[in-house]
Amino acid sequence: MHGFANPARFLRIARWATPLCLLLGFALAAGALVWGVFFAPADALQGDTVRIVYLHVPTAWLGMGGWSAIAIASFTEIVWRHPLAGIAARAVALPGAVFTALCLITGSIWGRPAWGTWWVWDGRLTSMLVLLFLYFGYMALDAAARGSQQARQGQSRITAIFGLVGAVNIPVIHYSVTWWNSLHQPPSITMGKSAMAADFLVPLLIATVGFSLIFGGIVMARMRTILADEQAEARLRRKAMRAQAPVAGEAW
Amino acid sequence: MAVRAKHQRLVLLGIALVALIGAGLLATWALRSQASYFYVPADMAANPPEADRAVRLGGMVERGSMKNAPDGVTVNFIVTDGKARIPVRFAGIRPALFVEGSGVVAEGKLGRDGTFVADNLLAKHDEKYVPREMKDMQQARKAIENTK
Repeated sequence: MHGFANPARFLRIARWATPLCLLLGFALAAGALVWGVFFAPADALQGDTVRIVYLHVPTAWLGMGGWSAIAIASFTEIVWRHPLAGIAARAVALPGAVFTALCLITGSIWGRPAWGTWWVWDGRLTSMLVLLFLYFGYMALDAAARGSQQARQGQSRITAIFGLVGAVNIPVIHYSVTWWNSLHQPPSITMGKSAMAADFLVPLLIATVGFSLIFGGIVMARMRTILADEQAEARLRRKAMRAQAPVAGEAW
Repeated sequence: MAVRAKHQRLVLLGIALVALIGAGLLATWALRSQASYFYVPADMAANPPEADRAVRLGGMVERGSMKNAPDGVTVNFIVTDGKARIPVRFAGIRPALFVEGSGVVAEGKLGRDGTFVADNLLAKHDEKYVPREMKDMQQARKAIENTK
């Protein structure tokens, strides 16, 4: 655990892991989508409409997984002060928000033919929309904390706390369809069981793995950017200091 | 010293998390009856909403209960949850997935005669995904078993 918290080691691994994740992810996701759209069977009840599931479920899983990652990273940052954890949390926020938005958009497009409505305020849809707003809030808070110079590295304390508190929404999203009557159906895939025929399940799982790899690749690329930014900033600061006080600079 | 501070943070954060989860559970528990999207027939039969309040009724369309009125747009059917049955009347365009034996959410008002008058229907589908050919095979098998 401590080994991974070392930014130098992270950069060494991420240098080859980032393109690997992205390439493999794009290949798997594209393959699964082609399979799902052109070769997988139509659903008995829903017909061809069901094919949007290969986009909807992976984006939903990554939208929720993204915030779970933010929460774990925030916990690690607060307790153990690992700078890399904070950087990881900051890097996850934007792709997490994008995938959550994609989930809401594909869900809405699916809802029109399947349910007969673009949007309803039931538990699942509403809690997923709340997740999107939480991501926006997290990013705004992070940007504000960055401006106030408090947090040079990683996320500020207040952003980390927000990341933890927001995690309350994740089980609410998951159980919204069991706790309350909702228009959204209960989960098809639960621990070791699937109410989904293998013809749908296999391409769906491949698509989920593919999109997860893409997500991981994006997060690593963003973490490298943040680390490089901080390095450049630190160098500029040193330079500015030397220019201001040449005597003191030489003494160091 | 550093280890003690770390330990302290871990304990503090643990207590904060427990409090947070407790608060979340309490809130969702309080929301239990409020955040439901629709009434199920048993709820509606036990405590019916006021006659002119807009509510939603959700359940299964009972098999064999769907009857088209001669005017061509009105349909009468029964929504059931296995415990209670509520008759529903609807006039308008039905969603494609609205069939007997499938889930439905009807938006409308409970009439004084006990019939739910819907002004909008939403089809609710279940968590099962089955290819068309497999469904045909299952139905064929069931038909064979029924004739035995």
